[in-house]
Amino acid sequence: MMVKIIVDNQEIEAEEGTTVLKACLDNGIYVPNLCFLESMTNPPASCRMCLVEIEGEKGPIPSCTIEVREGMVIRTETAPVRRLQRSALRLLLSVHEVDCAACPANKKCELQRLSKFLKVGLKPKGFELLLKEAKRDDEHPFLDYHPNRCIVCGKCVHVCQTTHGRPFLTFAKRGFNTTISTFGEKDATKIPCPTCMACVEICPVAALTVKTDPQ
Amino acid sequence: MDHEFSADEETLKDIASELTRFEIKRSNVIPILQMIQERHAYLAPEAIRMVAEHLGMAACEVYGVATFYNQFRFQPPGKHQIKVCLGTACHVKGGDIILENFERKLGISEGQTTPDREFSIDRVACVGCCALAPVAIVDETVYGKVAPSKVEGLILGFEIEKEKEERRKQRDESN
Ligand code: SF4
Ligand code: FES
Ligand code: FES
Repeated sequence: MMVKIIVDNQEIEAEEGTTVLKACLDNGIYVPNLCFLESMTNPPASCRMCLVEIEGEKGPIPSCTIEVREGMVIRTETAPVRRLQRSALRLLLSVHEVDCAACPANKKCELQRLSKFLKVGLKPKGFELLLKEAKRDDEHPFLDYHPNRCIVCGKCVHVCQTTHGRPFLTFAKRGFNTTISTFGEKDATKIPCPTCMACVEICPVAALTVKTDPQ
Repeated sequence: MDHEFSADEETLKDIASELTRFEIKRSNVIPILQMIQERHAYLAPEAIRMVAEHLGMAACEVYGVATFYNQFRFQPPGKHQIKVCLGTACHVKGGDIILENFERKLGISEGQTTPDREFSIDRVACVGCCALAPVAIVDETVYGKVAPSKVEGLILGFEIEKEKEERRKQRDESN
């Protein structure tokens, strides 16, 4: 069944059960988002980018966790929403190595896109830059992982798990130290990576890259 | 990645036999890891793989769970265990500088072990002798009012000791 909702004074229709975020995106209304994938049954809502205001709700809420309801009135560009999105982006950039010229994601990077959209410089002031010591984890036979690019969105873990029924990579450690780890199977003949690379494709910031000189 | 510390065969045999005591369910992952750490002082990469196999999980999942908790270590305690106090008094008296001194001197970070397994460094909270701050405990000995020069001297002492022992061994062998 289709339901009608109003987004930024514009009436749109969406299938019952879809998230507000997807409804907006499908109708050409861009809402910043970093950690959402349609195939997720339980979106982690960890990036706090997709905030919107919904009439009747107290403050901004992540639109990736809310399903559309008939008659919902939604605003995507209020001042409180933008303020929170900008802070979230600044925090992400404070642990991100901004070296676009040398980055394979240059020009298709989600952070660049958001920085333009939210008008936040890529090297914002105000937060101390906290980079990890190791620039690259090259343990994996086919992949390289760049911790200072990773925004810990979890998309790679999700696609790996859904493609193979088990993950070959995962979150490790916690807090600021959280990274993606490929611990475990290092036997090149036993991992599906060479013909898959779903994680490399889904990564919005080129934190996972194909090893150019596989061992 | 950090240096990997493999487990010896005996350890793996022991883990294999202990594992059979645990029912195959995911909720057992932490009790199993605790058991291994209690018996063998750290979680070797092979041990983590065995746990994954036993529980039908992916090895990286077990690793992910283990690294989330501070209680697990992935490197064996060194022959000489260095514990630097970062309790309130020691912190005020520059305990972090002492920690950094040990780290730089040995080329490892807190929570790690040198590849030759000679030294490991850990940070601890107040050890109860704040008047002596900053405090470091090396093996069983408490050192108070530690200064960078003392760090230097301590490590040098151990190195000389080791060198002597090796020479003694060589001599015994050639005799
Ligand atoms: S490696 Fe890429 S996809 Fe995976 S968590 Fe980091 S940023 Fe997200
Ligand atoms: S997309 Fe909704 S919180 Fe990340
Ligand atoms: S704070 Fe270090 S001994 Fe008390």
